[in-house]
Amino acid sequence: MRKAELVTAVLLGLMSLYFMWKAGEPPSWNPDVGRFANIGMIEGEGPGSGFWPFWLSAVMLVCCIWIFINGVRRTSPPSQSTEPFLDAYGRRMLALVGGGLIGFLILIEFAGFYGAIFVFMMYYLLVLGRHSVGVTLSISTALPVVCFFFFDVAMRIVLPKGYLEPLFIPLYEMFL
Amino acid sequence: MDVLIQLGSGILVALEPMNLGLAVLGVVVGLFVGAMPGLGSVNGVAILLPFTFVIQQATGSATSPMIFLAAIYYGAMYGGAISSITLGIPGASTAVATTFDGRPMALKGMADRALVTAAVASFVGGTISNVLFTAFAPPLASVALQFGDPEIFALMLLAFATFVGLGGDDIPKTIFSICFGLVLATVGFDIVSGEPRLIFFDSVEWFSRGIQFLVLAIGVYGIGEMIWTINSSRYGTSMANVDVSFSRIMASIRNFPEAWKGTAIGSFLGFFVGILPAAGATPGSLMSYGVAKMTARDPGQYGKGSVDGIAAPEAANNSASTGAMLPMMTLGIPGSPTTAVLLAGMVIWGLQPGPLLFSEQPDFVWPLIGSFYISNVVAVLVNLAFIPLFLWMLRMPFTILAPLIFVLSLVGVYAAYQNIYDVRLMVLVGFGAFFIRILDYPLAPAVLAIVLGPIAEPKLRQSLLFSDGDFSIFFTRPIAGPITVIAIILILLPLFKMIRNKIRGPSPAE
Repeated sequence: MRKAELVTAVLLGLMSLYFMWKAGEPPSWNPDVGRFANIGMIEGEGPGSGFWPFWLSAVMLVCCIWIFINGVRRTSPPSQSTEPFLDAYGRRMLALVGGGLIGFLILIEFAGFYGAIFVFMMYYLLVLGRHSVGVTLSISTALPVVCFFFFDVAMRIVLPKGYLEPLFIPLYEMFL
Repeated sequence: MDVLIQLGSGILVALEPMNLGLAVLGVVVGLFVGAMPGLGSVNGVAILLPFTFVIQQATGSATSPMIFLAAIYYGAMYGGAISSITLGIPGASTAVATTFDGRPMALKGMADRALVTAAVASFVGGTISNVLFTAFAPPLASVALQFGDPEIFALMLLAFATFVGLGGDDIPKTIFSICFGLVLATVGFDIVSGEPRLIFFDSVEWFSRGIQFLVLAIGVYGIGEMIWTINSSRYGTSMANVDVSFSRIMASIRNFPEAWKGTAIGSFLGFFVGILPAAGATPGSLMSYGVAKMTARDPGQYGKGSVDGIAAPEAANNSASTGAMLPMMTLGIPGSPTTAVLLAGMVIWGLQPGPLLFSEQPDFVWPLIGSFYISNVVAVLVNLAFIPLFLWMLRMPFTILAPLIFVLSLVGVYAAYQNIYDVRLMVLVGFGAFFIRILDYPLAPAVLAIVLGPIAEPKLRQSLLFSDGDFSIFFTRPIAGPITVIAIILILLPLFKMIRNKIRGPSPAE
């Protein structure tokens, strides 16, 4: 856990530096203004646009250094812990659940939300939950149907349907 | 007298069929959400916020969706006890202290008595806090009307300072979390100068519209928290045998007066702890349990199934949930992550939380306060009547609940903003939240900061514009000055403790 604490502090510290850099960026339409010109007071305007995010990011950077030092000195609970950051179960769970979620996002592009919901539920219930085929099929089918009637029909919020769009045309004619 | 008339008319509006139906539905959803391990009121409110747009469209007012969300909040406070007692796993962090005596009582075969004690204590706590809320909210709102930009910024600073000084989490991680939330709230275009800010990797599609609040809230509570729960609980729970019948429930209600002391402590202490921005229902319930134990005639009974040990935290978490609404509605400063989501909802529905709400939107405020009373009655009735149903629902495998929540989170965020980049960003936020949660980074301050950031920054900039960049404006004004000084003391409090411990050695309590 200690190694993860130190590595995370470094990564978040680098992110804070990046935020500071971005906060001081001049607007593209006014290239004459130098970087970091907006992080202080501007005559007659008060604090510039980068003032708030820049100094908050600077505080974040200081906190990351503080967290890192605590980690080195072993004064924070994670740096004292001998447990791994993620054990074998955690790594496997993250791969299966996280992988499923990423798959869901990718599938939305091709099969739309409803197709992706069906496949994701099938995967989760059958592979991860080890539920029976009957339970899996009924929940995986019912959920996209309920979502369709709630969003597309009741709320008139059309969710993306990807390549499955032609299948929904008869439904549009019936319900919309 | 005016307050009573307004409250009366508010209760009548809350009793209209649509609003009453939403209150009942919200309570049922809240009871379920609160009872499921890994889900709390904040998860329920955040995940269901996008769905309230349909309620607003149907009713044409912000009152009904708010009544629905407030009822979820209420119901979740009741529901947390169900899994604490029957599973030994707190349904939400607010019900952790209920486990201490609720579980031992259930293991002795008295789960029904523990459940009834929790429900009735919650009802009493909720009722007392509603009366306190009604009494305190209007005068506080009229005082707050005199606040200018420096005063409001000082209050925001105080809200964040309480997280640092009293939050109990790692100090640098808490400060990091607050600043991170505030920085993320600035992404997009600066409303003063119109300049683009923090368009990360120059990705206009992802960041030019700013980072939407729901993307972060649902990412943290719908995705990150769920993955964390799966990792920590490993899908495993075991339920105690519960024998529930009408006669046993009635007998337990008759015996409830034995728990009067814990209920009274929890009701009053919970309310005042709930008002504090960093506190909320979890420390309120833990503190009430501690005080009830400390003042008990026989503290040895605590931890073995004491009715006071159940009543104190349960009365407190309900009371604190109403207490947390007080600064949210009167000052525009949420007292807990759940009220932060509620506040964001109010902003989305076109309302401006703060002192003006009471004078300019009485048609919103009083029906909402009236609904607190109604939801409290509905919650205790539904809770007692449907204890067997909730016990059955608790047997739903987590492997079914988890994917349902993932789907609701993804679809909900898309429905709210209709932008696929927001959905992707939310999943990314969820993974990030999971990793830093393992390392004890508190996420609640970040969520609060995201809500308060867009209010705090303009107040700071306008104050400094007014004072020509002189920060002493926050110290020299009669109201802002003391608030800023208290905030600074709170921020420095951990430092004082550290120095004291170095000199004297740590106190036994620490």
